[in-house]
Amino acid sequence: MAALTIPDALDRVSRYERAVVAWVGTDGYPVSAAADFSVEAAAGTLTVGPVAAELGPPDGDDVIVTFSHVRPQPGVGYDQRRYVNLWGRAERAGDLLRVDVGRASGWDESETPFFEYAERSVGTARRYLDEVGSRPRLSLGWTVFLATRLPFLTATLVPVALGGAVAARHHLFRWGWFLLALLAAVAVHLGLNMANDLYDQASGADEANATPTPFSGGSRVLQYGLVSRRAMLTGCIGLYVMAVGIGAYLAAARGWGLLGIGAVGVFLSLAYTAPPFRLVHRGLGEPVTALGFGPVMAVGTFYACAGRWSWETVLASIPVAILIALVLYVNQIPDRAGDAAAGKRTLIVRWSPSAVQTGYAASVVAAFVAVVAEAAAGVTPLWTLLALLPAPMAVKVWRGMRSHYDRPYELMPAMQTNIALHLLTGLLLVAGYLLAL
Amino acid sequence: MTAVKTALPAPVVELLDAALVAELTVVAPFGPVTYPMIPLSDGSRIWFTSAALFSRKLTHIKADPRVCVSLTDPAAVPVTPFRPATIQGDARVIEEDLHEGWERLLPLWRAKEPVIDEFLKKRFGIPLFFERAVIEVVPRRVFLWPGPGMAGEPEIIDLGGED
Repeated sequence: MAALTIPDALDRVSRYERAVVAWVGTDGYPVSAAADFSVEAAAGTLTVGPVAAELGPPDGDDVIVTFSHVRPQPGVGYDQRRYVNLWGRAERAGDLLRVDVGRASGWDESETPFFEYAERSVGTARRYLDEVGSRPRLSLGWTVFLATRLPFLTATLVPVALGGAVAARHHLFRWGWFLLALLAAVAVHLGLNMANDLYDQASGADEANATPTPFSGGSRVLQYGLVSRRAMLTGCIGLYVMAVGIGAYLAAARGWGLLGIGAVGVFLSLAYTAPPFRLVHRGLGEPVTALGFGPVMAVGTFYACAGRWSWETVLASIPVAILIALVLYVNQIPDRAGDAAAGKRTLIVRWSPSAVQTGYAASVVAAFVAVVAEAAAGVTPLWTLLALLPAPMAVKVWRGMRSHYDRPYELMPAMQTNIALHLLTGLLLVAGYLLAL
Repeated sequence: MTAVKTALPAPVVELLDAALVAELTVVAPFGPVTYPMIPLSDGSRIWFTSAALFSRKLTHIKADPRVCVSLTDPAAVPVTPFRPATIQGDARVIEEDLHEGWERLLPLWRAKEPVIDEFLKKRFGIPLFFERAVIEVVPRRVFLWPGPGMAGEPEIIDLGGED
């Protein structure tokens, strides 16, 4: 429950039909009774009653007056949950109680959605769990799924597949090298997700975020106490060691140029949130993401397969680079209050909502213009024009941003569509290459 | 009028079975605090489950187990004819197994809020909501009003201090 000002609380209670007044009886047990009520807003008082004098409370006793509402929903449960609590001293006037309100609190799920209310209560939960010596837990599978943010691997699968597809077009695709490159890319991606959580916890950005969604606000495993910081760090280091090990082997086997590409990838993944660079704090998260999940992964995969550099792969990866940067961009909208509080000045924090929406539209247009221009110029096969098919999904995302910019949970369908836009466009680019074989 | 019985009277059991929300009042160091919650009952005891997220009431109950439960809202307690009731009792917090211990009450909870099963399937999304203590209330005294309002004198039924 959140504290309310007394005038605000007295204004809210007009939406309720009855009050429940409670006090502590002479035997130490609380007593409660429903009653009609009227508000004297100017005086900051409330009159409740009738309440039988035999029940109490004694004149001058402290009481709580509660107003509660739900709307039953047969077959589901109920909704429209809201309540207001008022505390004060009660003076008896016959069978009426005049309550001089001294304090108020309440919750209304139409103003503070349940998930935000729950998130704001995480500190209470952690303290309670510590006190009783309990730890929250999920199955190992779910814990790993959450801690690594496994579903976001689509961001890696698309550029890696694209690098492989470009290699295939030139008859240079090799399954073994491709799979090793994929494994290294997956390891570095999952490692960076964990590193990102560790640094966002250290900076306070995730703690300050009261409206995380499945697409934003980090994995929350540290905030919820599901995974210790030490375990998270161990997992993160393990994944980076795996990525670097595979990368070193690939470089030795396929060409030392791969070492440079891998080093850039690892550097970008850590410098994204790690001090002293903290590039996302400087509004550089989008270009870093575009570079890492675009050309770096695509060219790295091509290099692993072909043993050489490829400008075609760089150019072919531009649309997916822009679209993955836009996934980050839109997903940062619900985070902006927490990010701003922690000094994480992303573009979303820096720009006005209208500038953010314009930026999205311009960037999406640039991504699909790149698809057309590269096919028209003969850089990519004409079949890659198939990647234009998901373009209308961007309109849905843009409309969602316009309608729900300040409502994180209502924005979720737009965030989901935006992720699908990147995935489908990327897979159709890959399909275009494969159809041209 | 005061009567002495050992089990909850039938009209109160009917209210508890139907209630989507009851008001649980506990005694905090600064006075009474009331929490709207779903009451669950087998006809002799009343249970609530409380997420770790909203655990302040548990601290209050552990410090002072005296509580009361009121059933006052005809919309949230769909019983006809509606007679409001307040039940005083002694509460204890059961918190040995916050992860699964409360699940024994799931059939009673599901009967009132079927959507809870959908939430439970997505437990991974709100894990702290499903770390829950059980509040068990042993009723001591019942105030049962004769009509839909609480203006008149209630019938007071002592339940004999059964443990």
